Amino acid sequence: MATLALMSQHKEAWGSRLGVIMAVAGSAVGLGNFLRFPGLAAQYGGGAFMLAYAISFLIIGLPIGWAEWAMGRYAGSKGYHSCPGAFAAILNKPWAKYIGIIGVIVPVVIYMYYVFIESWCIGYAVKFWTGQVHLTSTEQTVEMFKAMSGQMGDGSALTFSWNSALPWLAMVFIFNFWLIYRGLSGGIEKMCNYGMPLLIVLALVVLGRVMTLGAPDPAKPHDNVVNGLGYMWNPSKVQIERVRPAAGEKALVREVVGEASIAEAEKEVAASGGQWKLVTITAWQQLKNPLLWMAAAAQIFFSLSVGFGVIIVYASYLKKKDDVVLSGLTASSANEFCEVALGGLITVPAAVAFLGLASVAGQGTFGLGFTVLPLVFAKMPLGTFFGGAFFFMLFLAAITSSISMLQPGIAFLEEVMNVGRKVSVTLLGLLTTFGTGFVVYFTADLKALDTLDFWVGTFLIFILATIQIIVFGWHWGIERGLKEAHSGASIRIPPFFGFIMKWLCPAFLLVIFTLTVLTSLFGFDLNSMTFGSTSAYVMDLIGGTQEGKVVGTNQAAQLSVALVVIVAVFFSLLSARSKAYQRAEQGLNKNEA
Amino acid sequence: MSTSGLFVMIASVGTVTLLFYWCVYKVLSTPHETEKVHGVEFQTPDIAEDR
Repeated sequence: MATLALMSQHKEAWGSRLGVIMAVAGSAVGLGNFLRFPGLAAQYGGGAFMLAYAISFLIIGLPIGWAEWAMGRYAGSKGYHSCPGAFAAILNKPWAKYIGIIGVIVPVVIYMYYVFIESWCIGYAVKFWTGQVHLTSTEQTVEMFKAMSGQMGDGSALTFSWNSALPWLAMVFIFNFWLIYRGLSGGIEKMCNYGMPLLIVLALVVLGRVMTLGAPDPAKPHDNVVNGLGYMWNPSKVQIERVRPAAGEKALVREVVGEASIAEAEKEVAASGGQWKLVTITAWQQLKNPLLWMAAAAQIFFSLSVGFGVIIVYASYLKKKDDVVLSGLTASSANEFCEVALGGLITVPAAVAFLGLASVAGQGTFGLGFTVLPLVFAKMPLGTFFGGAFFFMLFLAAITSSISMLQPGIAFLEEVMNVGRKVSVTLLGLLTTFGTGFVVYFTADLKALDTLDFWVGTFLIFILATIQIIVFGWHWGIERGLKEAHSGASIRIPPFFGFIMKWLCPAFLLVIFTLTVLTSLFGFDLNSMTFGSTSAYVMDLIGGTQEGKVVGTNQAAQLSVALVVIVAVFFSLLSARSKAYQRAEQGLNKNEA
Repeated sequence: MSTSGLFVMIASVGTVTLLFYWCVYKVLSTPHETEKVHGVEFQTPDIAEDR
């Protein structure tokens, strides 16, 4: 009996220890792992993108992640659990809290559209499992996605139909706030603890199914999994280009993958009478494209939640004896496993196998996940089960991320207004209801979502991440920063990361940020070194010209930016009056007299 | 898929898998480490304070 009791205790101990691993990993994984990453990697050249991605992980992701964990815990030791409070506690300057507000704006605003995408996932999962998905063409999947996301026009998503996102969004939104208010108890904690292993198991099942697809259509032997993997991972790209494209016409005809396709392409080029040419773009040539580096860095930020204002808040609840180094590394490695080893092997190869290369090229995030993949599953044996499983897996990944995006806003409101959780959750619920409603109304071309994703989900994250690493490396200094990080740690951060955190990371970020501003905002062409058309994101706000034509502004985009400005002003006004932050500026603990 | 593509895929997938495995091993094999390792934990102290 004593032996059985010991064995039971041992088993429980292992169970709870593995549960800790799963909890750490689960918090790191989100939609970007299975949707955004595969699309970006395929768009920017597979192997070349992976090199830029790996470098970004080492120079940006890990260092800034560790810096956030260390700074967050320090702030928490002073009693501050919000990003503005953390900045005030670290910098001890009156203006510091206003920088920290970026760390509240980012997660709150991203939540407003992230929860919308989350509702699509559960909607698709239920539709698959209840046998409501009967797709036979790309046009049908596009229509299904348009109906779900409301892209037919502004206001079209606000219909209470199970084919649109509204009922799903209502349930998901309420569920998010119920979880964030009540915390986890009993069954919910079990759901989150089992969620991560379930996610990995489902992903492995789908991965196994995809890897055994071969060429599903014998009439199209080039549409196979191996070519899909090649499209995803080959360092060099081979493509057919027009020798002299007409005005407004793109040079690219199509990309080709696989020896057989390349051989056929050579024949097509030979038969084109000199109008086409076959071009091999090497990895080195692709790496000279700054947009590739920007995409890799942006994906690292989004995927690891670096520069989000999330890690710094959750780290503030940790103690000196807790291990932030191994926590950060474990969360990052779990994220990368799901992103590279699972996401990188599922989405694009399956899409190429069923629908061909042309269907994947240039799809981006949403196209790949919600238009191509449903058709992939619809054409797959047992596709109803696998499709539902995949989208439910995405929902699980999304909900842990969306919940984590709410805490920074809650902690901020609690600190500045000196209120309890009930009041702060209610206030944040009202704010995000309005914001999400805004996003759900302006769904023509998903303009509000896309605009917020660019200005907040890319631009502001860059800014916050850059400021954070400069504060860590230059205000604290590397010696003090690493000492803070190593408190309670069972492993040491390798010494060369000191140089990376102080010099390489800030320089890398500043270069990428400058190139992002020049190319994305002002249309600077790095190849011809001339200014071309202004980016669509800027033209949406102030208008401009594109290829000689005058392009007007977009009201939804302007209102989206106005929403961010209003939120920023509101948070700033609250921060200005905060006695807690005034104490932080004076170097006092939050509850110090 | 080219040979270099296969190499990139195996190197990338292998590296992240090994890194994740090493982290899990380190957490499980270091005494009391599971008490010190944390992710984004939804049970924040302010939930208990409000009850």
